Parts: sequence; C-alpha cells; structure tokens
Amino acid sequence: MSFRNAPLAVIHDRDKSTLFTAEIREQIDVWIAKYPAEWKQSAVMPALTIVQDANGGWLTPELMNDVAAYLDMPEVSVYEVATFYGMYDLEPQGRHKVCVCNSVSCLLLGSAELIEHVEHKYDVRLGETTADGRFTFKEVECLGACRHAPAVLVDKTYHENLSPQALDKLIDELE
Amino acid sequence: MVPNQNSVCFRNMHLDASTRHTLDAYRSLGGYVQWEKILRERPDPADIIEEIKLSALRGRGGAGFPTGLKWSFMPRTVPGQKYIVCNSDEGEPGTCKDRDILRYNPHQLIEGMAIAGYCIGATVGYNYIRGEFYEPIQRCEEAIREAYAAGLLGKDIQGSGVDFDLFNHLGAGAYICGEETALLESIEGKKGQPRFKPPFPAQVGLYGRPTTINNTESLASIPVILEKGGKWFLEQGRPNNGGPKLFSVTGHVARPDNFEVPLGTPFRALLELAGGMKDGRRLKAVIPGGSSVPVVPGDVMMDVDMDYDSIAKAGSMLGSGAVIVIAEGTCMVKVLHNLSHFYMHESCGQCTPCREGTGWLERVLRRILDGKGRPGDLDLLDSVAGRIGGRTICALGDAAAMPVQSFLKHYRHEFEHLIEHGQSMAA
Repeated sequence: MSFRNAPLAVIHDRDKSTLFTAEIREQIDVWIAKYPAEWKQSAVMPALTIVQDANGGWLTPELMNDVAAYLDMPEVSVYEVATFYGMYDLEPQGRHKVCVCNSVSCLLLGSAELIEHVEHKYDVRLGETTADGRFTFKEVECLGACRHAPAVLVDKTYHENLSPQALDKLIDELE
Repeated sequence: MVPNQNSVCFRNMHLDASTRHTLDAYRSLGGYVQWEKILRERPDPADIIEEIKLSALRGRGGAGFPTGLKWSFMPRTVPGQKYIVCNSDEGEPGTCKDRDILRYNPHQLIEGMAIAGYCIGATVGYNYIRGEFYEPIQRCEEAIREAYAAGLLGKDIQGSGVDFDLFNHLGAGAYICGEETALLESIEGKKGQPRFKPPFPAQVGLYGRPTTINNTESLASIPVILEKGGKWFLEQGRPNNGGPKLFSVTGHVARPDNFEVPLGTPFRALLELAGGMKDGRRLKAVIPGGSSVPVVPGDVMMDVDMDYDSIAKAGSMLGSGAVIVIAEGTCMVKVLHNLSHFYMHESCGQCTPCREGTGWLERVLRRILDGKGRPGDLDLLDSVAGRIGGRTICALGDAAAMPVQSFLKHYRHEFEHLIEHGQSMAA
C-alpha cells in the first residue's frame, strides 16, 4: 500500500468514554462499522456532521479535537476536512440555516431576486446571521433541485419553486 | 401515469408515489430477479460484462465512458479486497436526475451495484451521496435495510457463496468530490483533492485497492439491461449510444423536469416535452450537458439530436444530460459570471492554474458586469482560460475554461457592448 493511502492513525491520550455523549458516540460508531477496521478516519465526515448538529450547527476547535481523538486521527487532518467541505461551519450560527441555491438554473428563474429580497426585508447579508439570531443566510452552489428552481435548503428540508412571498412565509414560520 | 415499457431508471414512476420506493413495489416490476438469477446460476462475470458492452451503455455522470469497458479493466481474479463505488455526489449545475433515482427507485440502484460487484469481484460497495440530499439518504438507508432483511445483501447470500455488503457514505458539500478520485479521497476521510492518474482506480483505488466508480444512473440501468438484453438497450438509442437517458431540462422552459428519452431524440422534441419555451419567449442558447460544457446557440441546437456523438459534432458535450435552456433577453455576461463564480468556489486549490485562474476569470467578469470592464479584458479572459485548460490534474480546470471560451466565441458582442457602454445589451 502506498504512503498516500496509508491511514494516519495516531493514538491520543484521551479516555474515549469521556468524549461527547453516549448517544453521539453510538451514532458515530454506526459509521465506523461501515469501513475497514484500520480506516476509522473514513467516519470523520459523518462524525463532524453529527457533532455539529448537536452543537447548534457549528464546530469549535475543541469539538474537532475530540473528533480527532475519537477516530485516532491527527488533529490537523480533522481541521483540513472541516475547512474544506462547505457544510461545516466554524463560527456560531443562527437557530436556523437558510441556504439559497444561486447556481445557473436557479439564477435563470430568479434566485438573485430571492437573495436581494431577503437581504432587504430581514436586514441580513449573505453569510450573516439576523440580529435576533433566528437564521443565518447563505448562498450555496447547485443543490441538484434544478427542475423546481429556484430552490432553498432550510436546515434539512428542500423547498422548491419559491417566490419571494413563499420564502417569506417559510422564514416567518421559523422560531 | 401510464407505465412506459421503454423506460429504465424511471420504470417505476407510474406506481403510487407514496410506496414506489419500497422493496415490494420494486419486486412487483421484476426487481431483484436478475440478482437472484445470478446468485442461483453463478454465471461467468465475463459474459455479463460482454452483455453490458453490447448495450453501449456509456457513463451517465458526464464523461460518457463505456461502462462495460470500464468494468473489464478490473483485475477481477486477483486476490484481495476490491470495491464498487457509486457516485451519487450529483452537483453539476443543471443536473437533478440522480436525486430522483435515489429517492424514487433506490432498490434498482442497489441491485445494479450488487451485480456490478459480482462482475468486478467486489464484495463491498459504497454509495457516496452528497450531504445535502437528506431525503434521498433516508430512502437509501431504508432500502439497504430492507434488502438486508430480505436476504439480498450480506454474506453467503441465499446460500450462493456470494458476499456483498453495501453502505451509504455521506458527502458534506464539495462539488469536486464528483471527480472519482476526489470521491475516493473523501471516503478515506480526507479533503476531496483529485489524485494524479495513473495509477487508475482499477489498479489503486479506495484504500489502495482496485475500485470501479460508476454514476448512479449507469448502475441503476444494469438490472434492466440484463432483463431485456444488451441488444434491446442498444436499440433504444443509437449505435455507440445505447439506451434511453435521463435529461434534466431546466431554465426558461414551460415545464422543467427530468425526461427519460432515447439517446438520439431531437432536441426539438425534448423541448416540446418540457412544454416549449417559458411564456412564449424565444430560444437564445442551450448548455446541453451541465454547466461545464460549451454553450450552443439556440438556432444550431434546434437541429441537434441528443446523443453523445451528435452533440460532440455540434461543438459541445452531452455531459450529465443537464439541458439548460436560455431565452432571449438574458444577459450572457451575467450567466457566464455565475458559472465562473461556481468554479472559483469549487476549485479544490490543488493545481495553481485552476486555483488562481478561476479567481481571475470571476473577478474580470465581475468588473465587466459592474460596468468597469477594460478594453483588454476579453483577451485577458481568453488568455487565462487557455492557460487553465489541459494544465490541471482533473477536469475541473477544463470545465471552468470551456464555458468562457464558448461564451466569448458566440456572444462576444454582448461582452464588448458591456465594456464599451457600461450596461448590458439585455437590460
């Protein structure tokens, strides 16, 4: 096996039973079981997602270090993953995430107008959180929902064929 | 909805929408009959691969590489672990077909992956699904559970001596992971940066082991090809372009949707299926295969047939089958800026020409769009695009360059007008 493919196993001096909650450990273990025993690091992406979801939608350096310890990975390898993929957030987020797709099919059917509308009505720029902490407003690349453009991902649910008014209604229903 | 005898990946779409994704529904259409026949008869995998070659099934993810040929590259008889990986990281702007296979017909994909595993000697499969696909992920997890419970996956399946374990793996928002070696890096728990080739995945793939990666639609086509025969599939399309294919028709059409139609269907007919142009507007341009392929002027496109070879002759590519329709009145500078912004955002940063070049393209287009274009900007765009294409490890660099070159070729006057007058011709 080439160097490039070798797993980067590092044993940390941490008691794994003290990391996270039992429930989170159980969820991560489901993923670890899918991969060869020496490739625990394959579970890093789902583990970061699980930990982020349980922490109000963002990752702290401490949580990333805990993931590294739990998966026997160098801490820097976890930071590399957390900073590379768009779905991880490294700063505090609003209570909800409103992600507008602004790729070409959505652009042709009005995504730029949706963005402009939300920016004005809720006084929030892309990448910012509303003053009341209700939602963080994001622009995302193609969600793969082009046939019902424009599409918006609110937390974990797709909403399609949206007009500014329909998006308002969705946002107003958020707590 | 009436069942269409010629459909493949969407052959269950006429069933009750609340249950069509279940094992029972899939079984009612002859689902898993091919897999169980293989388990019973243990045919020579080489014979199945020949049948797939005969079908002229070409990779549905975008590259159009013959699937049977790809499978034949695997060192099937060499001992040791081998893998089959499904690329469900659908993210090419304009493409929304795999999402519907994953949520509406997941069992057909599972059967296709199991058969592929048998053919290439892989006893483990991973289905890499992009992280934003929450509903499809749930459907696929549920379908795998159902398949295990029904004794269709696992060890020594139905006493056949055949092992096949299948797992879903989740992405987390990176277009580049649709590139097959970036996808492998991602499953290995790393940044999704493409690998230099050779070695190809068939020699050194996932965890350093021989691996085949196929697109969702390609794998989901396999059970039907075995049921109806490679010849049948070939005859649905054209020579060298077998089968029906899913086309995601989006943009300025009356009824954007996915359509499964034979390869070789005239673009004109596909546009009619989508209800024609939205609000009776005139056709201006078509990007016929996802955002990475060259744009084709509307009048040229009206005479093109939708198969790999015909679209290549028209100067573009069939790609993923994402047909982006653009009406008159649309500012092409704005569209190109949008595409360039996408590639800048999604460049993995590994190769300098792509990392730096995509940023240059976006910034120059931004200033043109803002009315601050300079006289030499079009030459600058041409020059930057020309220095990215062909100079990077993966095809993302080419994908960023091709739209720029084709937009400038066909719509140069719009860019010149904006630079000269500070406002769009379309405004």
